[in-house]
Amino acid sequence: MIEWLAWLGRVALTTLAALGRSAMFLAQTLFHMPGREGVHLWARQMHFVGVMSLPIILVSSLFIGMVIALQGYIVLVGFGADEALGQMVALSLLRELAPVVTALLFAGRAGSALTAEIGLMKATEQLTSMEMIGVDPLRRVVAPRLWAGFISLPLLTAIFGVIGIYGGYLVGVDWLGVYSGSFWSNMQSSVNFVDDVLNGMAKSVVFGLVVTWIAVFQGYDLVPTSEGISRATTRTVVYGSLAVLGLDFILTALMFGEF
Amino acid sequence: MTDSTLVRVEDLHFTRAGRAIFSGVDLEIPRGRITAIMGPSGTGKTTLLKLIGGQLVPDRGRVSIADEDVHRLSRRALFDMRRRMGMLFQSGALFSDLSVFENVAFPLRVHTDLPERMIRDLVLIKLQAVGLRGARDLSPAELSGGMTRRVALARAIALDPELIMYDEPFVGQDPISMGVLVKLIRELNHAFRMTAVVVSHDIKETLSIADYVYVISDGRVMAHGTPTSLDTEVDARVSQFIHGQPDGPVPFHYPAADFASDILGTREVP
Repeated sequence: MIEWLAWLGRVALTTLAALGRSAMFLAQTLFHMPGREGVHLWARQMHFVGVMSLPIILVSSLFIGMVIALQGYIVLVGFGADEALGQMVALSLLRELAPVVTALLFAGRAGSALTAEIGLMKATEQLTSMEMIGVDPLRRVVAPRLWAGFISLPLLTAIFGVIGIYGGYLVGVDWLGVYSGSFWSNMQSSVNFVDDVLNGMAKSVVFGLVVTWIAVFQGYDLVPTSEGISRATTRTVVYGSLAVLGLDFILTALMFGEF
Repeated sequence: MTDSTLVRVEDLHFTRAGRAIFSGVDLEIPRGRITAIMGPSGTGKTTLLKLIGGQLVPDRGRVSIADEDVHRLSRRALFDMRRRMGMLFQSGALFSDLSVFENVAFPLRVHTDLPERMIRDLVLIKLQAVGLRGARDLSPAELSGGMTRRVALARAIALDPELIMYDEPFVGQDPISMGVLVKLIRELNHAFRMTAVVVSHDIKETLSIADYVYVISDGRVMAHGTPTSLDTEVDARVSQFIHGQPDGPVPFHYPAADFASDILGTREVP
């Protein structure tokens, strides 16, 4: 019993210490506005984190849009309501699927790569040597990556939404024969810009910060061995995905819950 | 206590993960000389360099460089001070996303506003000094271990530091690169009067270049003196280390039960 309590205490203390470290880390990193050189470093990371995530985002959004249209059609046509397909595709994508799925894919592709890259820099003493040269690695290595992730995830989410709706159009209108006029006009009349589009984007802003924060912190804080890097990379994906799903519920409750 | 001392370490205590690494180390590193810090693996030689560079904070004691206490400086002042230091890491620690040229140019770019033309000239001078001017466009992944360390040396001296610290510069080098590094360290010291600290357990090479040697073991300075005086050191532990004898006061065997009873099975198998 005592041992169990001691174990619980130890776990709680370690978790609290890690949370404290990561909060300090975020505070030290986030408020470094990039200088002239920083903008250049940031642009490079935008390419690496954002542009190079485009293929996976484009392909998966197209398929997800197509699947929703197909599943939605099967249900709606039973009620003779297949003309509401556009509304269904757009709302489910903009409110939920675009921010959540983009963030999950982002944690898997860009997040794990960020952790592994920073971790390897730590393991090969590149971060230490940077400190000894008199350059703060938080400013030079971590800040551009954090900002790149933070900004690129909402952009990727917007692209996800647009391509997903197009995928829904392809299946619903071109293949299953829903009337194109009602597909678009139903969508237009039911989607509210502030409630649906902006709320979805607000979610992705939160996810962008949390996922990238987890990724860069795991890389910076890991034990610099090959085992440490592999564990930290796994943790980035697991913690990142869980944080996205948990936060999504909270944000949805705040945004759409009527109580 | 003379003015010619650049780095002074006084009564240094440092503990890591409950294990005392240093318990009262005192040493002085004179300007313009090569000082070697030697000792068996795991005595915390690299840790000592990190304490001098301000990356670790001691539990007790003082490290001062040019009479400034390293651990009382603000973060900004510490980073400023580090511009006057160079450190050669055991792994080289080159930035893998930059070319050889850009690695050497890195300290110049971040700390000076020199025009591009001058940066180019300075980088080429440093690369010429380590014999790798021709390798300027290679990426760190394309270099051999010895070349990596030479590029790292060029980077460490890019800003002409007052103090340069070498962390195990000879480990894992073939005889030729070893000879090149020994020659480079000696030449840099002679040509620029750079103060050098060499942390190493390669006795022959280190003694051949050092002006003064500290031997550290069990968290203390076991002996210090010029290479010739250490050669005739009477302390058995120091003598074992300097002459590389496999057995002596530092035992060859990890503590174990009696061999005969172990092998004949008279001792119970756990």
